[in-house]
Amino acid sequence: MTQRILAIAALVVAGAALAWGLFVVLTKRGAQPAGNAAAAPAPTAPPASGRKIKARLYYVAEDGIHLMHVERDVAYGEGPLEQAREIVSAQVAPVSEPLVSAIPVGTTVRALFLTEGGDAYVDLSREVVSGHTGGTADELLTVYTIVNALTENLPAVKGVQLLVDGKEVDTLAGHVDLRNPLGKNLAWVQ
Amino acid sequence: MALKVRPLRLCTAATLAGLLVVLAVTTSTQPAQPTPLTLLARDGRRTLPITLVGDQEFVALDELASTFQLAVREESLGAITVSFKGRTVILTTEQSLASVAGRLISLPAPPSRIAGKWFVPVEFIGRAVAPIYDVPLDFRKPSHLLVIGDLRVPRVVLRYDPIGASARLTVDATPRATSTVSQENDTLTIRFDADALDAPSPPLAAQGPTSLVQSVRLADPTTLVVQLGSRFAGFKASSEPVDTTTRLVIDLSSTQTEAAPPTAPAPDLPPALAPPPSSIRTVAIDPGHGGDDEGVHGANGTKEKDIVLAVARRAKAAIEGRLGVRVLLTRDDDRNVPMDERTAIANNSKADLFVSLHANASLRRTTAGAAIFVAAFDAEAVQTAGSGGGRVPTFGGGSRDIELVFWDLAQTQHLGQSSAFANILEQQLHTRVPLVAQPVDRAPLRVLESANMPAVLVELGYLSNAEQEKLLASDAFQNAIVAGLTDAVIRFRDTLAGGGTQ
Repeated sequence: MTQRILAIAALVVAGAALAWGLFVVLTKRGAQPAGNAAAAPAPTAPPASGRKIKARLYYVAEDGIHLMHVERDVAYGEGPLEQAREIVSAQVAPVSEPLVSAIPVGTTVRALFLTEGGDAYVDLSREVVSGHTGGTADELLTVYTIVNALTENLPAVKGVQLLVDGKEVDTLAGHVDLRNPLGKNLAWVQ
Repeated sequence: MALKVRPLRLCTAATLAGLLVVLAVTTSTQPAQPTPLTLLARDGRRTLPITLVGDQEFVALDELASTFQLAVREESLGAITVSFKGRTVILTTEQSLASVAGRLISLPAPPSRIAGKWFVPVEFIGRAVAPIYDVPLDFRKPSHLLVIGDLRVPRVVLRYDPIGASARLTVDATPRATSTVSQENDTLTIRFDADALDAPSPPLAAQGPTSLVQSVRLADPTTLVVQLGSRFAGFKASSEPVDTTTRLVIDLSSTQTEAAPPTAPAPDLPPALAPPPSSIRTVAIDPGHGGDDEGVHGANGTKEKDIVLAVARRAKAAIEGRLGVRVLLTRDDDRNVPMDERTAIANNSKADLFVSLHANASLRRTTAGAAIFVAAFDAEAVQTAGSGGGRVPTFGGGSRDIELVFWDLAQTQHLGQSSAFANILEQQLHTRVPLVAQPVDRAPLRVLESANMPAVLVELGYLSNAEQEKLLASDAFQNAIVAGLTDAVIRFRDTLAGGGTQ
């Protein structure tokens, strides 16, 4: 009997240790793309070497209240998590005219996590708030640029929640509710 | 029913009265001391201290562990594991994320180490402990209340309205709870069929010396006592279910003859099970931003917070003047009001319409025009709100029906009316001010989601457009917006009186 209890206890401890190990590895690795994202070249000048995929990235449409999509080459990532990181890094990279990005200049990706249920947590640097115009229209476009870039290109991603500087936020500029993951919404795309 | 909480010191009495518990938020004499969290369980009540770090409320992890019999272990590599019966939460010390039985959740802040002890944000209880625990945990952050197990603890909100020489006391209990009212000398006693009440302290702000109701206090866990004024002559009580609430209305008559007819008609009871208002008695107008949150800045320095406050003040004067209804402003000066407080003001005042005013910005400098937004929720959220509860077992056997709507989803019950008002407003504005191409839209806007009445957010125009910036600041434009809004409220009221607008 005692042996059985010990065996169960050992299994529980082993299970917990495994889950913890995975989680810690996940979060430690999650911090990696921050540096890469900052240094990532703009999508207008993709690196010459390396495998690529075609991805749909989003920019502000001419009317200023919708998004439009552009097909871009984005670096290949092994598995949905790595691919999600590549797509978001490409999406937040600065662009030049005539494209206008709804992501404030200077914003970088600090980390990105993906849950089993298909929710992506995208941790952005504080510039996404400090550099924002503050308008509801711009805020909707900033949020749905990231949400749609992930959900449209990666079927594994069902919802996206934005974090700022490692923390959960209510909104970016006082309007759009970011307390829960948001699903794809192409109504904001022309 | 055995709870897994540590036996509480207060719980030895075996009578039902002894088992009942009450939330009595003690008003602290030291303002710096944060209100502790009150834990309510079948077998008693205890408090859990709160520690503030910045604006964020934290609880000590070891206190949580001893209360809920959790096993806490600090691992190497900056991780903490919290386990209950083989289910595990993994926290990392640097991230505001945790793994709860394999699912990732986010927290408002990472764990914090203070004087050698680990503290976690209070949200940890609802988001991380509740999913791994074997008894329901209902965490109510605004009341600093944690209900452990299947207890009936309705939130009770009181409102007092003088109507001429008489008056009306409205008591809303959510989820529904029935009550009885009896008079003893100069007090009215309201007894609720519940296990405890989640009521503010005091339940009603003190009234003036000549008021028919002087004060209301919580006499025991489930009883409110109303202290009556000297003019009190009699009362008539009735109750109706409204949405998930039981609304008790006590009409109080006075020994004085009516001095003057009431300026506004006496409010009618909402019809049973008909949540939309049958008339407009109170309109809440919410000028966005304020204080250090200035909102959008125009190219020439115009601030969103100033424009929307000016328009809100004009709208209050116009709507009160033309309709004779009460108009509340969520702010009437240059200060920032937290988002939840804005809708709380409207909800607590039983406003029949909520209009949030904002000014927009676009990265394209030529974008122009006003727009009207209605809240958007994902399908899953609407389904959750619409399903409205179910049958739950009760203490002592049997079961009962409950209805629950999360505050964050309150607006889901009013989306039809909100869209109806948005369309009426668009009709009233389109001849008066420039509008965007598709002026009515839906978006997941934070300020609208917990409004428990028809609600819209109006974007007056684009301050990022230099011409619009000049326009929005002008008297002519502000008067035109206000005229459109006033006419829309009148038409909306007419459609409600005419039998609904769905």
